[in-house]
Amino acid sequence: MKALAARRHHRFAPAVLLLLALLVTGALYAALAPSQATAESTTAQDVQAGKALFAANCATCHGVGAVGTSETPSLVGVGAAAVDFQVSTGRMPMQMTGPQAEVKPAQFDADQTRQLAAYVASLAPGPSIPSAEAVDPTLGDASNGAEIFRTNCAMCHNAVGAGGALSEGKYAPSLWSTTPTQIYEAMVTGPQSMPVFNENNITPEEKRDVIAYLVEQREGSAGGDPLGSLGPVSEGVWAWVIGIGALIGAAVWIGAKSS
Amino acid sequence: MTTTEATAPAPAVPTTPAGRAADYLDQRTGIGVAVKAFARKVFPDHWSFLLGEIALYSFVVLIITGIFLTMFFVPSMGLTTYDGPVTTLQGQTVSEAFNSTLRLSFEVRGGLLMRQIHHWAALIFVASAVTHMMRVFFTGAFRKPRELNWMVGFTLLILSLLAGFSGYSLPDDVLSGNGLRITDGVVKSIPIIGSYLSYFIFGGEFPGHDIIPRLFTVHVLLIPGLILALVGLHLLFVVLHKHTQYPGGGRTDKNVVGFPLFPVYVAKAGGFFFVVFGLLALMGGTMAINNVWNYGPYDPSPVSAGAQPDWYMLFLEGSLRLMPGQAEVVIGGFTLSLNVLIPAVVIPGLLFTFLALYPFVEAAITKDKSPRNVLDRPRNVPTRTGLGVAFLTAFIILALAGSNDLIATHFRLSINSITWVLRFALFIAPVIAFWCTKRICLGLQRKDRELVLHGHEHGRIVRTETGEYFEVHKPLTEQERWLRVNYTAHAPLELSEAAYDATTGEKNPRYRKAKRWSALSRFFFQDRIEPVTPAELEAAQHHAHPAPELAARQPETDGRVGS
Ligand code: HEC
Ligand code: HEC
Ligand code: HEM
Repeated sequence: MKALAARRHHRFAPAVLLLLALLVTGALYAALAPSQATAESTTAQDVQAGKALFAANCATCHGVGAVGTSETPSLVGVGAAAVDFQVSTGRMPMQMTGPQAEVKPAQFDADQTRQLAAYVASLAPGPSIPSAEAVDPTLGDASNGAEIFRTNCAMCHNAVGAGGALSEGKYAPSLWSTTPTQIYEAMVTGPQSMPVFNENNITPEEKRDVIAYLVEQREGSAGGDPLGSLGPVSEGVWAWVIGIGALIGAAVWIGAKSS
Repeated sequence: MTTTEATAPAPAVPTTPAGRAADYLDQRTGIGVAVKAFARKVFPDHWSFLLGEIALYSFVVLIITGIFLTMFFVPSMGLTTYDGPVTTLQGQTVSEAFNSTLRLSFEVRGGLLMRQIHHWAALIFVASAVTHMMRVFFTGAFRKPRELNWMVGFTLLILSLLAGFSGYSLPDDVLSGNGLRITDGVVKSIPIIGSYLSYFIFGGEFPGHDIIPRLFTVHVLLIPGLILALVGLHLLFVVLHKHTQYPGGGRTDKNVVGFPLFPVYVAKAGGFFFVVFGLLALMGGTMAINNVWNYGPYDPSPVSAGAQPDWYMLFLEGSLRLMPGQAEVVIGGFTLSLNVLIPAVVIPGLLFTFLALYPFVEAAITKDKSPRNVLDRPRNVPTRTGLGVAFLTAFIILALAGSNDLIATHFRLSINSITWVLRFALFIAPVIAFWCTKRICLGLQRKDRELVLHGHEHGRIVRTETGEYFEVHKPLTEQERWLRVNYTAHAPLELSEAAYDATTGEKNPRYRKAKRWSALSRFFFQDRIEPVTPAELEAAQHHAHPAPELAARQPETDGRVGS
């Protein structure tokens, strides 16, 4: 839909391009920064620093050595990708108990996150943080991504990733502000109620296609304000509030003009 | 303001070209009589009488934009490969219908605008028809002689729902396919004939290849044709019956007070058409609606979160979502899907039967045979108003249930508890709403009586020479009083049949039925507040001065009758 946006709003083309450029740079940066933390490039110091951070911030819940307790999962074998996802989205360290761990502003900077991930990854092999190239939306095929998203993700996350409800207060969040790296990590680690999509379900190339599709959704709708992309219910609310509201207002005005 | 009795000026000899043309037409068609009669029709002024017009004008907009869309839409389920400008769909196999919808949206100049105006107009068409119906219901505009017009209106409502549904299904995207899938399930749940009916509708196993061409014919020809014809009949009835009017000084069941249709009303109505069209165009131009490229081409496997029908079908969706799934029973090898049949057929059936028959029920329990052209103030018919509010409550609860997932995510609630709360609310809330509304109406009526008898409070306290204090009340004006005393408070029907035949002593077969009607009538009119009679007013004015302020508040002067 890029070509489209450019054609439809000539005047905004520079702004759109600038935005895109920023987006891609941001995405690349976000992808690059933690990508140095893949298993190969971590150092023994990282693991040591991560171990200390873990003991101070995470061990109360996840246990010494991250082996888990009756309430919390063991982190042995969850891999660097799980830690990076959970910590960079602010879910971990968890604060409130609720239906699911909430997204918060991240509590650790990129370095600390990398160290935590390195420590957990050192316990047992698991999914690693994807490289920048693996999550680059410009390399993906958005059309193929759309098909994969529709069959695998839309039932929870809505057709364009606006989010949706699950049982008992759990929900699949909106995916519009999630970084490409986090999207990839979510697929390989399956946080909480979300299933894991391993390489047999969705290949790494297809994952990148999904990312391309999701990033494309951030451009808005050609039709005007997307009203939250929530579908017919929000459209109905607007029809009553704006449409019928304004028309009854006009009717009252016309009716009042007589007397 | 004029009344219908006003006479028109004598016809002049045509001198202008336009006049001569009109005369030419008139001499050959006699249309002058109709135009004159029509132009002199008096239309009372009130904003709520414009609600029907909003529906009419959005229908006109629907036809105009719909004709445009028909020029480009391809009603076919044949497959093709998408190669238009939408990158997220390029190379996918889609149906011709879906493909042409995208072509309309992205390659036809103004196509997306037309599609969006059409869809917003559809939502507002049904919404205004419903609001118009509420006006007709709550003011009692359906009473004699307008019961038949109510039935015409009701048929129009059903046709609008069908029009909306058939249109929603045309683009062949995931959402519209889901809607058809549910329809298929509902049809199949009908005992015995269900599966045959489904094969008949879809031309084979769902989804088949026929449904979109069929729905297309229904949507662009059959239903608009019927709506057009019925709207004509509906308006003809309005002209024949003359419009109703709100109560007020000088307005009776035998006259109409308002403006002649021409020129005042025609100007107003014409202007209002452009207001409606303008607003719909503005909405179509700025607010995205039904972005089918987001949902993707229909394929029976995916269902996305937030898959819902347009608002006017949401009550059905909600009814299905509320129904516990365990109700499916198997009898002798045949499955009876009560879990679908009850929410999708029985509940809407009950709701719509209530709507269709209400005027006739009310006519039966009031035995009111005189034409009623002055509208009721809703407070003066507490039970009807209460029932209307209860109906709306049930409808809204079902619509909320249809949006339970969005309520859950937006208000951070558990979808399970929402569903359970709404399951109970569906049965309890309408009763509470009925009771509260009725009490509020009775309260307002009592306040009216109080006002008529004692006038407005003035806030001026006077002390008499003997040291007594009293407040001076300002009597109501004629207009204010007229509004408050001119209504009929129907009394419950007397039982018209005896239990036993007086001579033979046998049971009277008609007794039970009569008893049921009389019970219904009692339910309606047991609690009522009689309007102030002239005698009461006289009496009140007589001793309204200094002392009996308190006495006037005694219950015996409260005109309430019954329990
Ligand atoms: C308040 C207790 C608590 C604290 C503190 C906490 N966690 Fe967790 N963590 C949990 C719980 C509970 C879960 C399981 C969440 C779920 O699946 O619903 C979890 C899940 C995880 C997972 C996902 C495991 C998987 O199977 O994918 C990771 C990774 C994780 N935590 C890392 C951390 C890190 C790193 C820290 C420290 C920065 C941390 N946690 C601090 C309670 C906590
Ligand atoms: C069964 C429902 C379900 C399916 C299917 C599902 N998800 Fe999720 N997804 C969730 C839930 C629930 C969460 C929130 C988990 C949490 O808070 O820890 C989530 C979280 C995510 C996140 C993190 C969002 C954020 O901002 O933190 C991403 C990204 C994501 N999902 C992408 C996907 C993709 C891509 C697919 C398809 C390949 C998919 N999901 C399929 C339920 C689902
Ligand atoms: C579907 C589209 C509909 C259109 C276009 C339409 C149009 C109109 C118009 C323009 C009027 C005259 C102005 C007014 O009183 O508002 C009217 C009157 C009326 N309508 Fe409708 N209507 C529709 C649906 C309905 C429905 C659903 C009902 C009820 C079931 C209904 C019942 C009536 C009645 C009883 C009147 C006479 C009202 C009176 O004289 O006070 N109509 N309609």
